[in-house]
Amino acid sequence: MNEYEPVIGLEIHVQLSTQTKMFCGCELSFGDEPNVHTCPVCLGLPGALPVVNAQAIHYGIMIGLALGCEIAPRSQFHRKNYFYPDLPKGYQISQYDVPLCRGGRLGDVRIHRVHLEEDAAKLVHVGESGRIHGADRSVVDFNRGGTPLVEIVTEPDLHSAEQAREWLVLLRTTLRALGVSDVDMSQGSLRCDANVSIRPAGSGELGTKTELKNMNSFRFLHDGVLAEIERQQALLEAGEPVVQETLHFDPVSGTLTPLRSKEEAHDYRYFPEPDLVPLEATPEMLAAARDALPELPAARAARLESDLGLSAERARELAFRTELADYYEAALASDGAAVDPIALANWIPQLVERIGSDADPAGSRVAPASLAGLVKLVSEKRISRDTAREVLDRLIASGGDPEEIVEREGLGAVSGEDSGLGEIVAAALAADPVAAEQVRSGNMKAIGPLVGYVMRETKGRADGGEVSRLIRAQLGL
Amino acid sequence: MLEREQVQHVARLARLELSEEELVRMAGELSKVLDHIEKIRELDLDDVEPTAHVIDVVNALRADRPEPSLPREVALAAAPEPVAGGFGVPTPGASAEAQ
Amino acid sequence: MTTEILELTAAEAATAVRDGQLDAGELFEAYRERAAADTLNAFTWVAQAAPASPRAAGAVGSLSGVPLAVKDLFCTEGVPSQAGSRILKGYRPPYTATVVQKLLDAGAPLLGKTNQDEFAMGSSNENSGYGPVLNPWDTARVPGGSSGGSAAAVAAGLAPWAIGTDTGGSIRQPAALCGIVGLKPTYGACSRYGMIAFASSLDQAGPLTRDVTDCALLLRHMVGQDHRDSTSIAFPEEIRLPERGDLKGVRLGVPEELVGAEGGVEPGVRKSFDATLALAESLGASVEPCRLPHAPHALSAYYLIAPAEASANLARFDGVRYGLREDGAADLTTMYTRTRASGFGPEVKRRIMLGTYALSSGYYDAYYGTALKVRTKIAEDFRAAFTEFDFVVTPTSPWVAFELGAKLDDPLAMYLNDFCTVPMPLAGIPAISIPSGLSDGLPVGFQLAGPAFSENRLLEAAHALEQAIGFDGSRARGGAA
Repeated sequence: MNEYEPVIGLEIHVQLSTQTKMFCGCELSFGDEPNVHTCPVCLGLPGALPVVNAQAIHYGIMIGLALGCEIAPRSQFHRKNYFYPDLPKGYQISQYDVPLCRGGRLGDVRIHRVHLEEDAAKLVHVGESGRIHGADRSVVDFNRGGTPLVEIVTEPDLHSAEQAREWLVLLRTTLRALGVSDVDMSQGSLRCDANVSIRPAGSGELGTKTELKNMNSFRFLHDGVLAEIERQQALLEAGEPVVQETLHFDPVSGTLTPLRSKEEAHDYRYFPEPDLVPLEATPEMLAAARDALPELPAARAARLESDLGLSAERARELAFRTELADYYEAALASDGAAVDPIALANWIPQLVERIGSDADPAGSRVAPASLAGLVKLVSEKRISRDTAREVLDRLIASGGDPEEIVEREGLGAVSGEDSGLGEIVAAALAADPVAAEQVRSGNMKAIGPLVGYVMRETKGRADGGEVSRLIRAQLGL
Repeated sequence: MLEREQVQHVARLARLELSEEELVRMAGELSKVLDHIEKIRELDLDDVEPTAHVIDVVNALRADRPEPSLPREVALAAAPEPVAGGFGVPTPGASAEAQ
Repeated sequence: MTTEILELTAAEAATAVRDGQLDAGELFEAYRERAAADTLNAFTWVAQAAPASPRAAGAVGSLSGVPLAVKDLFCTEGVPSQAGSRILKGYRPPYTATVVQKLLDAGAPLLGKTNQDEFAMGSSNENSGYGPVLNPWDTARVPGGSSGGSAAAVAAGLAPWAIGTDTGGSIRQPAALCGIVGLKPTYGACSRYGMIAFASSLDQAGPLTRDVTDCALLLRHMVGQDHRDSTSIAFPEEIRLPERGDLKGVRLGVPEELVGAEGGVEPGVRKSFDATLALAESLGASVEPCRLPHAPHALSAYYLIAPAEASANLARFDGVRYGLREDGAADLTTMYTRTRASGFGPEVKRRIMLGTYALSSGYYDAYYGTALKVRTKIAEDFRAAFTEFDFVVTPTSPWVAFELGAKLDDPLAMYLNDFCTVPMPLAGIPAISIPSGLSDGLPVGFQLAGPAFSENRLLEAAHALEQAIGFDGSRARGGAA
């Protein structure tokens, strides 16, 4: 039913990798014993006061610049008031109508705003049955409370679950390149909520949106958004309205459950934080942030495309995962390789497939120079593609130099006049005269078994293209 | 004039349990105060900027350097329900406010 | 205790200790005994013994071991800091407020914590969770608030000096009602770190003392930028001990909007005020009317801004991490609402409600938002006034100490106590109250307000007037122990 167009906006929370918390000098915690990183400020003790972490501002401005935002000349913290055990002051210090950054764009998605705030503490439920009224207890650990957070809100520019997932990957790569956060969804340093609505295709108006909270993996985000789109579609098709609500998606069962309805919408009673003076983005602060920016994924992709001639798709594939692009460029630069950039780029996916899509190639046993060497061997037709894949497996297993491996194991390509390839081709034709005749009479599809025979005889060391050429030549085509 | 329902709503926001008697009394007292305060709304303040801070200071920032945290037993010293190294509380229900 | 010790001002006692004529330990013990025997309910905690540190025994530090009474809402490590509230009954903080630490480091040992209106909300000290404080001039009357305990203690000679906090008048008004000196510094001059917050953009710590010289001495050691308080500023000059005896060339402005306000200042207070103005003229000052057009709205702005900030500041009292917890076995919401209902007194609840309402959805612009604009205008009014005048002067309190219980039925009537003192915190400017005389046997306070950071000139002018007035507060010190 493609009469409906999904409209998706994302709200992302990023934990910054500063040394200390947003408003106090407690160190950030990584799986430590509970409540060992607290102080009067982050415990919300009477009389304690917040003081802004300069590094968090620096990182916030870097993020804003990387996302093409306007950095507010003056911004203000506000109190967001509500009661919950993980919120020690009974308010969160956040930003409201004067955020650090506004506007911006990353890829196809416009950024609405970027602002700074403090993270809540962690609430651990110790009861057996979950959330039963009065029967169970929870325990609060304030280690996490006060961790600096950057909140990024996009415009509703995404139109499919897949697009949303891809964009989040791009955002993650960008933030990782900045070095401002671990951006690890499984650890909670990157958290994503999605606002989802649908509307008749071509309509300019927005439908009622629902909010999906806290999806902690790219797959989870994709599946949750997809499920919600389908749910809304089904509702509208049945003539029922979409109700504005907050939902939780269970990735295991695939079900969506309401968390709270509109009637319980919060009144946060925002007002300017009197304990914190305004922030002014000085020229020095802006310059320092600008200087700290590395080449960002989108720019890198563009460069790979224009300077090296990679396809737009391949360039994005590499640039949108910093580790891949770094590895690729290291391989390209490795001494004496003089390898073809496009050919090299095409072999990166082969490597990734073998080491796992989450692994960093720099952590594998395949040195960048080795991959470059391997690709060069193929380009020079000194080994076949099949052989190259075998050698790659060996490199992954135990490292080493590709040329040495080929030498040592006699994996050189069977190719050229002195190689005996012509005899093997002749033998293939003789072994399968039916196929040979079909090819001779123009049915190119029948060439498969003939090539296959040769490849088997040469243990994959022949180049498929050369074999096909020889077959056709021997058949007089 | 503040209605009883409004007062109840505000009490809920403020997490204050008020008895019926208190609700009624509070409605009267607050109404009286608000009637007096209402007069400021007659002022012409259209072109006036609000003052959130009386001092003219910006960028009071601190360096990202660790300072000693409280020892855990000190942090928990006043806890009404210290448990498992943390602060015990009733488990929030689905209707409790949350982020 | 020896009457001689009691008669010494803090500065005189400090000098005596430094000169070896008075033993700091003896000084401490003399006051400690008096404080422990307090019948005014001015103290909620008194030190058991002189502190063991050499500071008390010797003359180390500028304050030479002169004991200090500290308003309960200042956090004092290991010592109860309850802010006058039952929700913090027995609470002992793990740290000490910056201002208190500075004074301890300067050699003033902690004598005791003083009673106050709960969370600094009140002008009579009848809102304390630990009982009202009595006025040493007439124990059937209130000492003023919220720093009622500090004021009564100093006035009654139970402490040589004290510190309190002022948000809408909570140092100056009790100082006036108890016949002592009280000063609210420029906002930001003293650190608020460790001061249990009432209204963050208004609260300031300040001295309550027997005379202006003591006030200057204490203030000198209280001011200073604190990296733990983002709103604190470095004081541009050192606070000097005043010496001035005249007011030649000093221009005093009298705002009719406040002094002549309808239903305002009672006749006895007005008489004392006018007499002080005449005295000022005889010392060489010029006295003219000045305009503060938005001053009549200051009270309304204050009673929107302060409760709004307080409603957020007091949200942390939820029974989770410290303080009172009620019904911890029930559901979370019930625990919250019953803890807060049980732990907060009626005035605190009223202000939390008022503040929550002023910030709530649909009402922010009309109430809190408008109040912030009125604040801008009030600050402008003062700036304009200070181009023509050195100080703006008013009676501190529109009436003398009233009887206990007299205004408890009418919160609005109680709020009206503050109409002369709230404009200054809204503008962030300093103001001092000195005793100007008696009316029906009860003290009257005279207030001088100056531009930001004019404390030295303020103290000089106050000193000159004080000398000329010659107020004798010894009667209150006579019978309190």
